[in-house]
Amino acid sequence: MTNSELIRSSAANLATRLAAKEISAVEVTQAHLDRIAAVDGALNAFLHINTDEALSVAADVDARRAHGEDLHELAGVPIAVKDLIVTIGQPTTAGSRILDGWHSPYDATVVRKLREARMPILGKTNLDEFAMGSSTEHSAFGPTRNPWDLDRIPGGSGGGSAAAVAAFEAPLALGTDTGGSIRQPGAVTGTVGVKPTYGAVSRYGAIAMASSLDQIGPVSRTVLDSALLQEVIGGHDPFDSTSLTDPSTGLVAAARLGNVSGMKIGIIRELHGEGYQAGVENRFNESLELLKQAGAEIVEVSCPNFQYALGAYYLIMPSEASSNLAKFDGVRFGLRTLPGDGPMTIERVMGATRAAGFGDEVKRRIILGTYALSAGYYDAYYGSAQKVRTLIQQDFNAAFSQTDVLISPTAPTTAFKLGEKLDDPLAMYLNDVATIPANLAGVPGLSLPGGLADEDGLPVGIQLLAPAREDARLYRVGAVLESLLEQSWGGPLLDQAPELAGAAAGLAGTKEAK
Amino acid sequence: MDATLSFDEAIEKFDPVLGFEVHVELNTATKMFSSAPNVFGDEPNTNVNEVDLGLPGVLPVVNKAAVESSILIGLALNCTIAEYCRFARKNYFYPDTPKNFQTSQYDEPIAHDGYLDVELEDGTVFRVEIERAHMEEDAGKLTHMGGATGRIQGADFSLVDYNRAGVPLVEIVTKPIEGAGARAPELAKAYVAAVREVVKNLGVSDAKMERGNVRCDANVSLRPYGREKFGTRSETKNVNSLRAVEHAVRHEIQRHAAVLDGGGTIVQETRHWHEDTKSTTSGRPKSDADDYRYFPEPDLVPITASYEWVESLRARLPEPPAERRKRLKEAWGYSDLEFRDVVNAGLMDEIEETVAAGASASVARKWWMGEIARRAKLADVDPAALGVTPAVVVELDSLIREGKINDKLAREVLDGVLAGEGTPTEVVDKRGLAVVSDDGALQAAIDQALAAQPDVADKIRGGKVQAVGAIVGGVMKVTKGQADAGRVRELILQTLGVSA
Repeated sequence: MTNSELIRSSAANLATRLAAKEISAVEVTQAHLDRIAAVDGALNAFLHINTDEALSVAADVDARRAHGEDLHELAGVPIAVKDLIVTIGQPTTAGSRILDGWHSPYDATVVRKLREARMPILGKTNLDEFAMGSSTEHSAFGPTRNPWDLDRIPGGSGGGSAAAVAAFEAPLALGTDTGGSIRQPGAVTGTVGVKPTYGAVSRYGAIAMASSLDQIGPVSRTVLDSALLQEVIGGHDPFDSTSLTDPSTGLVAAARLGNVSGMKIGIIRELHGEGYQAGVENRFNESLELLKQAGAEIVEVSCPNFQYALGAYYLIMPSEASSNLAKFDGVRFGLRTLPGDGPMTIERVMGATRAAGFGDEVKRRIILGTYALSAGYYDAYYGSAQKVRTLIQQDFNAAFSQTDVLISPTAPTTAFKLGEKLDDPLAMYLNDVATIPANLAGVPGLSLPGGLADEDGLPVGIQLLAPAREDARLYRVGAVLESLLEQSWGGPLLDQAPELAGAAAGLAGTKEAK
Repeated sequence: MDATLSFDEAIEKFDPVLGFEVHVELNTATKMFSSAPNVFGDEPNTNVNEVDLGLPGVLPVVNKAAVESSILIGLALNCTIAEYCRFARKNYFYPDTPKNFQTSQYDEPIAHDGYLDVELEDGTVFRVEIERAHMEEDAGKLTHMGGATGRIQGADFSLVDYNRAGVPLVEIVTKPIEGAGARAPELAKAYVAAVREVVKNLGVSDAKMERGNVRCDANVSLRPYGREKFGTRSETKNVNSLRAVEHAVRHEIQRHAAVLDGGGTIVQETRHWHEDTKSTTSGRPKSDADDYRYFPEPDLVPITASYEWVESLRARLPEPPAERRKRLKEAWGYSDLEFRDVVNAGLMDEIEETVAAGASASVARKWWMGEIARRAKLADVDPAALGVTPAVVVELDSLIREGKINDKLAREVLDGVLAGEGTPTEVVDKRGLAVVSDDGALQAAIDQALAAQPDVADKIRGGKVQAVGAIVGGVMKVTKGQADAGRVRELILQTLGVSA
């Protein structure tokens, strides 16, 4: 295989060829490192590149395979990790100055599982600071650019992982999804992203934004690859009390099943139409038509309380975040900034550190959350938002009593331009309107490429939602839709993405110092 | 120092209302939310892991043993155990709290609505209503260096030890305690002592106040007699000995009374207790509007205490201390005074074990409250901590009853035991302390003593049998106290041909 073939291969394909010893893990890993070296100057998808360790893990895999050792299916398949997830041996920044230079003394549970599977970790990917944003523009280390158009955002907060996978820098990546941070970047970069059922994957070692909403999940170019990765990282973890003791299984089998005949698929009335870009609507309707032709029954359901989801989310998320981010105070780790003048008290050192270390969006959410939790406001804000959350769960229950899965566009628009919504937080927040309900209810969601919008030629995402613990249904329906769409396109959507090498050369030297 | 009224005048004018928050450190093997060891006294910052330090990405996991201990405490305090309860975050920035929030319980404590019957010195029983007992984690320990006060204000720098951060705590909160009147300080001390006794008896805490295993915040307010509405309270923090609890409550009553009597108003605030001056100073203002932005801890799932679980724990409850005291007092036949002295000396367990090992209750009391207590006082330690075991007492008693040693020798034997020379029997052998009861050896000493005091010998011959003591004393002197005095007396009378 040529380097180009290696980097364009799916993880499943790489796994097969590695197992057959047609290719070596070192070869595969080196090809991706080379690709990163070639294009990441333009993209800024990676905050840290883990060359030595990745190659050493790959070499170890090759040696073991040569000795006939029985290895994990994905052994030797490289992966990128969102820089919100802690790793021994590499810095973890959460995209924030406040953690600049910090090295975790422990591995996240998902990272431990990657190591157990012997998957080389290529590096840590860029994100909105503490995963707060929908564009990756809020990273303290400069924005990531969308491989489809370098002037556009790659989505957020996991823009780095999505862009890395879309640009063939990695076949797989880990993301985290609090309100859509895996799925929306997937949608706008033409990749696959899955937010598993809350509790299906351990959160231990994912730096918390909103504990009751955060979930780690896979980023890939194919539905099957995400299923393979979720099976690696999923399962109960005694270090995470909220992890499920009985998470769903059979994800890979579901992705390989290839049949939606007789399944009931529900369109959510409140998650399309007004407010959704025309090209998004068109691609969404095409997908419905394909599923219908494949034997699925399309029905319409209503989730009336979804209209309150965004409001509830922007109370619960900042409330939890304001508390979760209190630990970043300069006392024990990370940045410490001393006050410029005045008395040197601990409060003032904490204040100066947080003032210097946090970006505007983080401060905005901490202030919002602190306010929402304050005595006298708690019931009206946090309390009411929790009630809305229950109503949204009830809407999902009602919808799933009539359907097997639900379907919607992942995001109302295609990728917007860098800077376009930076000064309008509310417009930025609206981009997550279709993804947030799943986090509030804890149900799983998958985004897969649905084609390109007519008006701008940019990727559109299709979102599938399933009841809690029924992640397998997402993979089953997603794989069928993916296959039907690729037949209609004559190949993967990313084949239509512009060549990055030329664009990269044109932008050489623009990469910010890291 | 603040002005005070005399205690009598204060109580004459005002009706004190008390309230206590007692923090009990549990003695679980590991911490409340992490697997780090829960050990007192180790090198600073050695018993910590990433969870205790609140490093980015960590999550708490509830220690089941700590929950069981908390339920046991709730049951022992006659509380209702919540079938469902949650942890909550108490948010505030302080460097001894690694996450800048304390994981605690807020409106859903694990135990609520109980009571504790507290016995005062004269035997009066006062029922203290318990509002709640909830679980939480301890903070780290700050040591402020430099500055005059040892407090964070004015310190040059502060050291922090996170070994204590995350140690499981149960906070026991009383309802307002009314009607104690002049006995308020005494009740305060007795209540904290009773709580300490409960948790010690349960075995869930080491219950050492000097180590901070049991810490008390004392709330005091005054109101005119007959008024229902409570006055403004002060909260004296971390009063950490029984005596200090009594003194602090007394002082606050006197201080409040002086302020109120002078037409002033009490500021709702925390107070610091000073052992040296036996007084409090102002801490920080505290109002009910203190905003900790509590919300349910999203990283933990709720705790559900099933009926079966609670009942299985209830079955494990030891005999309540008050009932045990009543039972033992009757069994031992001690007077009120004798028994109270035993309780105050903290020797109930020891005496119970000594009796169980075969000694009579009076012998056990004689040893523990006598010789052992005397030595403990000299060594400035608790009698129970001196190193004498119930088995030693029983063995000493047996040796005496068998006539192998006498009381005087027994004290020497005890010296040997405490010096690590072995069991009492071993000490007797090694030191050659056995009573001389060999008639041949004694006869020589008797003859010598009679020859030395011929006049006394004559008196005895003449019928003054009580004069034999002087000869016995002479024999004991010659034998260095190792003679069996009873046998000596018999032999003297026999030698002189006098019948006893």
